Amino acid sequence: MTDTALIERAPAEDKPRRVKTAAGAADRVFRYGAHGSGVLVLAIMTLVGLFLAIRGAEAINAAGGRFLTEQDWEPNSGRFGIAAVLFGTIAIALIAIVVALPLALGTATYISEYAPAGIKSFLVGVVDLMAAIPSVVYGLWGFFWLEGNLLPVARWIATNFAWIPIFKVSRFDPQDPLATPTVFTASATLAGLVVAMMVAPIACSVMREVFAQAPVGEREGALALGASKWGMIRSVVYPFGRGGIIGGTMLGLGRALGETIAVYLVISPIFVINWEILSTGTNSISSLIALRYGEASSFELSALMAAGLALFAVTMVVNFAAGIIIQRSRSGESS
Amino acid sequence: MTTTAAPAPVPPGSQPPPFGPPMPSGPVPAPATAPAPAAGPASATARAASGVQRRPINPERYPRTRLPGADAEAGAEAGAGAGAGQGAGRPETRRNLAKLRREDVLRIVGAASAAVALTAWLYTQVLPGRGALSFVLVAYALFLGFFVALVWLDEDRVAVWDRLAGVVIHSAAITLLAALAVVVVFTLARGSEAFTHLNFWTDDMSMAGPLDPLTLGGMAHGAVGTLIMIAFALAISIPLGLACAVFLSEFPSPLARLVRTVVEAMTALPSIICGLFIYATYVLAFGFDKSAFAASLAITIMILPIIVRSADVVLRLVPATLKEAALATGASRWRTVWRVVLPTARSGLTTAIVLGTARGIGETSPVLLTAGYTTYFNFNPFSGPMVSLPFATFTLVKSSEPTQIARGFGAAAVLMAMVFALFWAARRIGGKGAGVLSERGERRARAASARDAQRFASRHLRQAVEDFEDAQAPLQALGGAR
Repeated sequence: MTDTALIERAPAEDKPRRVKTAAGAADRVFRYGAHGSGVLVLAIMTLVGLFLAIRGAEAINAAGGRFLTEQDWEPNSGRFGIAAVLFGTIAIALIAIVVALPLALGTATYISEYAPAGIKSFLVGVVDLMAAIPSVVYGLWGFFWLEGNLLPVARWIATNFAWIPIFKVSRFDPQDPLATPTVFTASATLAGLVVAMMVAPIACSVMREVFAQAPVGEREGALALGASKWGMIRSVVYPFGRGGIIGGTMLGLGRALGETIAVYLVISPIFVINWEILSTGTNSISSLIALRYGEASSFELSALMAAGLALFAVTMVVNFAAGIIIQRSRSGESS
Repeated sequence: MTTTAAPAPVPPGSQPPPFGPPMPSGPVPAPATAPAPAAGPASATARAASGVQRRPINPERYPRTRLPGADAEAGAEAGAGAGAGQGAGRPETRRNLAKLRREDVLRIVGAASAAVALTAWLYTQVLPGRGALSFVLVAYALFLGFFVALVWLDEDRVAVWDRLAGVVIHSAAITLLAALAVVVVFTLARGSEAFTHLNFWTDDMSMAGPLDPLTLGGMAHGAVGTLIMIAFALAISIPLGLACAVFLSEFPSPLARLVRTVVEAMTALPSIICGLFIYATYVLAFGFDKSAFAASLAITIMILPIIVRSADVVLRLVPATLKEAALATGASRWRTVWRVVLPTARSGLTTAIVLGTARGIGETSPVLLTAGYTTYFNFNPFSGPMVSLPFATFTLVKSSEPTQIARGFGAAAVLMAMVFALFWAARRIGGKGAGVLSERGERRARAASARDAQRFASRHLRQAVEDFEDAQAPLQALGGAR
């Protein structure tokens, strides 16, 4: 052995080695069983994706490029597209994220930095529990509690902030004291707020985990240099947890895009692109499917599949991006 | 020649696996104490020195064996890069620097009362009333303004930002928790109308129309349906999901990477699409009825990727040293997985399953498309519609009858209670890393290793006595001959 070979060999990592010995009968059964279940899961998952793609392709072929630009949804007359529903889906998800991001960030910071040690684990449990509450419960809350309480606020915003384009409600006249508040019911804002309540805990628990990993030495170094607590959070915790903040937000966004029941319960579906987020009427792909699957003909079903495929594609892109961001970040290496 | 430290696994053969080092096949077995003639003095001292080095610093901590959890913890801390040196006695811990200043409390109280007073004045005198939520918003904005002004009186810019950030972060946390409290309390309060009647827990809705009072009919059929559906879904997804997770963590290969990628992609699958898939295949293409089994298939597709993914994460945390130790004692891979890997990760796996269950129980959309709505008990999962609690809630609250809505809230409250119970169970069982034991588990493990130690010791003792007697026998024989 030469010296160089020894030097090269010395820092070899302690990696698990491949087992090359012949296996016994039980081991062989185990091996085939494990591989079989892996292949089975792969097959099921691929089957769902392929089935969706094949059935959806039928409708997409029939609609052509207008599938992305058409707002109406009348597959039997050949006039259908996802422009309006996709817009609604994204609008609701964006509203949800705009509301949920500061709430989640604040709560995660509170739990990891400010909360007294005694209630920390309780709070962690509460937030995780909140992520597990069934979506239909949030839907009920949105429909029976939030809607009534939101009307005056929507009206107030539409009166005072109408100069911001998205807050304008053209059917509402602020000068008319008898103007009915019903133009503010079942709006994209309401759906967005309900979904925000559902995604904030998800985003929050990702962020909290990452913040808790911020190195103690760097924290105390910042404090020792005279940083205030907020200065320490801003210069150590947030930069360290940037991957977690972005990743958690996108994970929440992915969940928001696919939410069905809570949205279905609170919206009144329309098939027009509605830029006025405070006024009645919005739609989403998943609630379109829930709304129309029942009386759908075979072709309509394939159109719904195509819409579902579009939703799946958007959600998957968002989730993959989230996964990559979390993994690439400094804090996510271990996860 | 260098040798690796990792022990080579022993192939399981027809003969019993050798547990000790293979005996030299010489005619005279050398006594253990005598130095082997072949080994030089240099190598013997080197071995002795390395043996001394490897000895733990405080060997009296545990009787004989170290608990697996302690090793796993040290590894996790070192891996997290928390700055803990390898083998350092105590890892760095965070000190809690949260403290309450008297001035801040006074400022907050002052700013809050000023803000509420000013807003009340504005809303009664200047602006007409606009509802409670906008009152809160305006008051909060004013509160922040007053608070900043108060801090500004005797602190510098850095401190003002610090206090402001603290107040904003506290209020975000309070808002989120308050919203949760409102959701839970509101559902329970509206549902209590219905679920305080005993018949709500025992009856179905077959005898109760929409106009009947709440003293008639109940949601028991929904609870039964939920349990049947989730039972079938778990019966498929637990074995399949765990086997798949074992495959992913034990047999790393390009195929496993592909499976992992696809599974991760499918966790993004919106739940309604699972329902749509089963509806289009099982119900429409194969021509079966809508049934509980169809719904459980849809739930299975939804929770399978969730279970596989979290189980995979947990299984990958099982320390490789444990697996290698098992293989080194001659266990086959199957026994290693069954006796070492799965028990070590038990709490994490349970958490994965319970959280998947909570998700599956609460989801409405797969059931909506595949189960069909019914008002009566149906115990046959393969034929006829069967309703689940979330689906019943969803259907009932769309009615305009107050009693139906109350029943819907009652069903939602029961559902929420089920999810809470599951979640509580998950927190009790799980939440611990692979091999990290609860206090009771630790006691049990320690007792088990003490038992083993005693067993070994008594065997050694018996062996020693026998050896002694064997050694005495010729002497006695000699003595007898004399």
